[in-house]
Amino acid sequence: MKYPVTQHHNYAVLQLTGEIDLSESPHARKQILNHIKNRNNLLVDLSLVEYIDSSGVASLVEGFQTARAEQLEFALVGVSTSAMQVLQLARLDSVFTIYDSLEDIKE
Amino acid sequence: MIRLERIHLLSRADKLQPLRNFVRELASQQGCCDENLDCMVMAINEACMNVMQHAYGGREDGEIIVEFWKDEGELLVRIFDFAEKVDLQAIKSRNLDEVRPGGLGVHIIHQVMDSVEYKNHPETVGNVLEMRKQLSMPIKCNADASDKNKAKKSL
Repeated sequence: MKYPVTQHHNYAVLQLTGEIDLSESPHARKQILNHIKNRNNLLVDLSLVEYIDSSGVASLVEGFQTARAEQLEFALVGVSTSAMQVLQLARLDSVFTIYDSLEDIKE
Repeated sequence: MIRLERIHLLSRADKLQPLRNFVRELASQQGCCDENLDCMVMAINEACMNVMQHAYGGREDGEIIVEFWKDEGELLVRIFDFAEKVDLQAIKSRNLDEVRPGGLGVHIIHQVMDSVEYKNHPETVGNVLEMRKQLSMPIKCNADASDKNKAKKSL
C-alpha cells in the first residue's frame, strides 16, 4: 500500500487507504512514527479507509502518544464512517483531535 | 440449528481480509442487515486476530476453524483454535480510560455481539469461542435467508 503525504500549513498529511488490519497496520504504524521522528506535526487522513481494526487503531494511539511526548501535534481528518464506528466503540473519538476536512484547519 | 459453513484458515494476518469478505457474503445471504453485518465482520476479525496474536503467539502455522450456524434469527459463530488453553480470567476488556495502544479487541467484540462465551472443555485441545448476533436487529431486513452448502472450505 502507498502512503501519500502532502503538506497543509504546518502539518504533514498522511493518507491511509483501504483496509488497515493486522497485515497492514505495522506499515501504517511505521509511517506514522517516521513522520513524528522527523519532527512533523501530523494529520492522518482516514477519509479513504474502508476498514480499520484494533491493530490499526493501536497504531493511531501510539502515534498520538508519541507526538504528545515530543510536543508535536497529531490529529485525524476526514474520518470515514467505518473508521469512526471503531473509534467510537473504543471511546477514542473524544481523545483524538478530529477535523472534518483540511479546510477546518487554520494555520 | 443449521450449520451454514465451516472454514479453515491458518493463523496468518493475510487470511483476515478473505475471512472478512467471506463473513460479509455469508451474513448478507442470511438476510443480515448492514449494521449487524459490520458488527459481525468486526467481531470475527478481532476474535481471529486475538487467536493469531495471543493463543498462537504470532506463529503462522496454527489452525483456526470458524463455524457459522443459523439458530432461528441468530447467527452463531464458533471459533476453534488448537493452541494451549488460554487463561480465561485474563481475557477481559481493559479500562478504556487508559489511553494506550492494544487491548481493544475484547472490548470491541463484547460491544458489538449479543453474547460472547468461551466454551473450553478441559479434555479437548485448544480454545472455543462462541458468539451470537441477531441477524436483523435493530431494523428488519428483507433479504431472503437461504441455507447454503455446508462443504468444508479453506481460506
